[in-house]
Amino acid sequence: MNMDIARRGRQAIHRFSCAMDTDLNSQDRKDLDKFIKFFALKTVQVIVQARLGEKICTRSSSSPTGSDWFNLAIKDIPEVTHEAKKALAGQLPAIGRSMCVEISLKTSEGDSMELEIWCLEMNEKCDKEIKVSYTVYNRLSLLLKSLLAITRVTPAYRLSRKQGHEYVILYRIYFGEVQLSGLGEGFQTVRVGTVGTPLGTITLSCAYRINLAFISTRQFERTPPIMGIIIDHFVDRPYPSSSPMHPCNYRTTGEDNGAAYPSVEDSQEVCTTSFSTSPPSQCVFTVTKAHFQTPPPVVMDTLKVPMMGLAFSHQLSSSRLSYQPAALGVGSADMGYPVIFAGGLNAAHPHQLIVPGKEGGVPPVPSQPAHGTQADHERMVMCTPLDGALYSAATPSSSEDTETVSNSSEGKSGSPHDLLETIFVRKVGAFVNKPINQVTMASLDIPFAMFAPKNVELEDNDPMVNPPDSPDVESPLQGSLHSEVSSGSSTGNTHDDFVMVDFKPAFSKDDILPMDLGTFYREFQNPPQLSSLSIDIGAQSMAEDLDSLPEKLAVHEKNVKEFDAFVETLQ
Amino acid sequence: MKGASSNKRESAALPSPAGNTGLACPRAQTAMNCRAEVLEVSVEGRQIEEAMLAVLHTILLHRSTGKFHYKKEGTYSIGTVGTQDVDCDFIDFTYARVSSEELDRALRKAVGEFKDALRYSGSDGIGQISLEFYQKKKSRWPFSDECIPWEVWTVKVNVVNLANEQERQICREKVGEKLCEKIINIVEVMNRHEYLPKMPTQSEVDNVFDTGLKDVQPYLYKISYQITDSLGSSVTTTMRRLIKDTLAL
Repeated sequence: MNMDIARRGRQAIHRFSCAMDTDLNSQDRKDLDKFIKFFALKTVQVIVQARLGEKICTRSSSSPTGSDWFNLAIKDIPEVTHEAKKALAGQLPAIGRSMCVEISLKTSEGDSMELEIWCLEMNEKCDKEIKVSYTVYNRLSLLLKSLLAITRVTPAYRLSRKQGHEYVILYRIYFGEVQLSGLGEGFQTVRVGTVGTPLGTITLSCAYRINLAFISTRQFERTPPIMGIIIDHFVDRPYPSSSPMHPCNYRTTGEDNGAAYPSVEDSQEVCTTSFSTSPPSQCVFTVTKAHFQTPPPVVMDTLKVPMMGLAFSHQLSSSRLSYQPAALGVGSADMGYPVIFAGGLNAAHPHQLIVPGKEGGVPPVPSQPAHGTQADHERMVMCTPLDGALYSAATPSSSEDTETVSNSSEGKSGSPHDLLETIFVRKVGAFVNKPINQVTMASLDIPFAMFAPKNVELEDNDPMVNPPDSPDVESPLQGSLHSEVSSGSSTGNTHDDFVMVDFKPAFSKDDILPMDLGTFYREFQNPPQLSSLSIDIGAQSMAEDLDSLPEKLAVHEKNVKEFDAFVETLQ
Repeated sequence: MKGASSNKRESAALPSPAGNTGLACPRAQTAMNCRAEVLEVSVEGRQIEEAMLAVLHTILLHRSTGKFHYKKEGTYSIGTVGTQDVDCDFIDFTYARVSSEELDRALRKAVGEFKDALRYSGSDGIGQISLEFYQKKKSRWPFSDECIPWEVWTVKVNVVNLANEQERQICREKVGEKLCEKIINIVEVMNRHEYLPKMPTQSEVDNVFDTGLKDVQPYLYKISYQITDSLGSSVTTTMRRLIKDTLAL
């Protein structure tokens, strides 16, 4: 407490003495304050935009537009500006009060790690002689250029360019004391630059983690999703009870967080997603938030994506959703925001960042959920499709409402990233879509739910378990699939919501195959689950395998001589 | 060729891309207060261009402003400089450059010539490319203007040959990391806020800035290079235009 008073006293004296010595007239003083303020805002924009995962491109213009601060074309993402302004709360960086942008990484499993802290600080060293409106301005411009260069050069840049499936990059802005403890041991610092002013020297630097031991970029170069679709709408799945996201990670230092984290027990997040094999044109993804009073179905295309036990993890939608949880009233500046999303839209300012390559051919959503909330906070849309394997163990294949509730994590308390709450059901073309609630309930379905082991009846029909012995069928596959389709339609719950009314795809007539594309689609829509994925069957066969091992060993031992001879021929 | 230069400093001076230096500008003695910075990189042959472009563009990003528009009473307004990110194909590296196609073309041309010279000169693969910022000082007729450099950046390049794909992959990453260090070095120098030519009046602007580009305005610069062959003496490549320029006094 005493330290705080002493510090504030020093600041006041410092500003006073600087002002007195320099004859800094009021116009200059005003200009300088304005420059520093806009410099801080532009700094945040540059940093956040550099971590979006996309290449940035702005145009030069020979005629000054008057709105480009520091003569640099740096776009202003409204959410980011808003966050920065909120963090600054009308103040400017001063001694002991730095503006910090924290960049962190969060994996699909929920682990997060701070990667960098960018600090805009002010120290006591005044440059009395310098001309504010001219030299300081130009030097601030130069410093921004340096920032543009340096942001591409720290290790987090390459990580952020590869974000999407396995992890996302988040940012958080805070104002106050710099906190470097989250960066691990041996972090390095790079100084971007300094600019002296009559009121002190502005310093911009970056402290970055080098101990990325548990996250190497190679870890994220796993096999891509089966259909190779870039899903651009994922909903953050509710975390299991371990609840890795703790509010304290995002707590603003030195600020009172009294009411920052309201309880969210009554607003359980329900995330239901449904996947099945399908052509990329259809994909279903729905997310509901239980407390959502007005669930507007926002979007159009219904996509179904296959998921074979891969953790699809997060793929940020670039600027699709903006949901402000007014009901939650979460505290300010306390949460990380996915950077990709930073191009977010709020109801007032649709502002779409160009994010090529992430859309996967899906048209952007033009409209916004009308939540009537402030342009604020949680604009992250970070989604994970459910892991099918996980769910097949955890939830039965029924599609009851209660199932969806069980997926939510009761243990969560205000962790920021849970607040993804938009329903998005996108319809396309001729596919009939059920009303939202039904869809969402049904959409808890795990892939191939109808073939889950629990359903004995299905197992019998499962051609993998009991191969159909019908050699006369023109195509064995076709025969087995026919049986599947019939059983599929009998249980039917999974796919009722997608009934093909009339499918007339262009260029789809094929004289070779007797069936048209629609039939083909229907038949191959629900392939049976692979036997290796089915737990019971797997267990069964493993038990059998184990039992048969001694016999096999005996046989091999008998043939030892043959094997030896063979080995010798190889040498 | 240039009287004051020693043998070692013979080099090919590529004319300023703006082309508006109608008169030849013989290189003056290096001014005492000219800043000289040297960077060294080791790259594989196919990485030369990208590495050089990354360095040169980063320097020029800091040494370019928007176009000046002079108004009455000596005031001027400045245009806006846009930036764009460039991913390298042969290096794990991305750099930000000024959004100006003309500038990019000019640099690519210079770097391309440097690369060709480096690869086909029969040298060991050691060469250097220099980016020099200068000011023009008008002299009275019949003397031509002097070019007074105030900052020279030299990048020494050592070309390595790699045997297999695995080494190339490692090289990609290593060179990427090295370039990151170079960028940090460049920014450090820029941050020292040492001498910069003062902002010129309208009549003087062409002595300080290259006003020939349509969207940005870099300080006057020229790019030259020299290749060292295995004997240690410099092998120069002379441009026909250069000869014409120097002789056309």
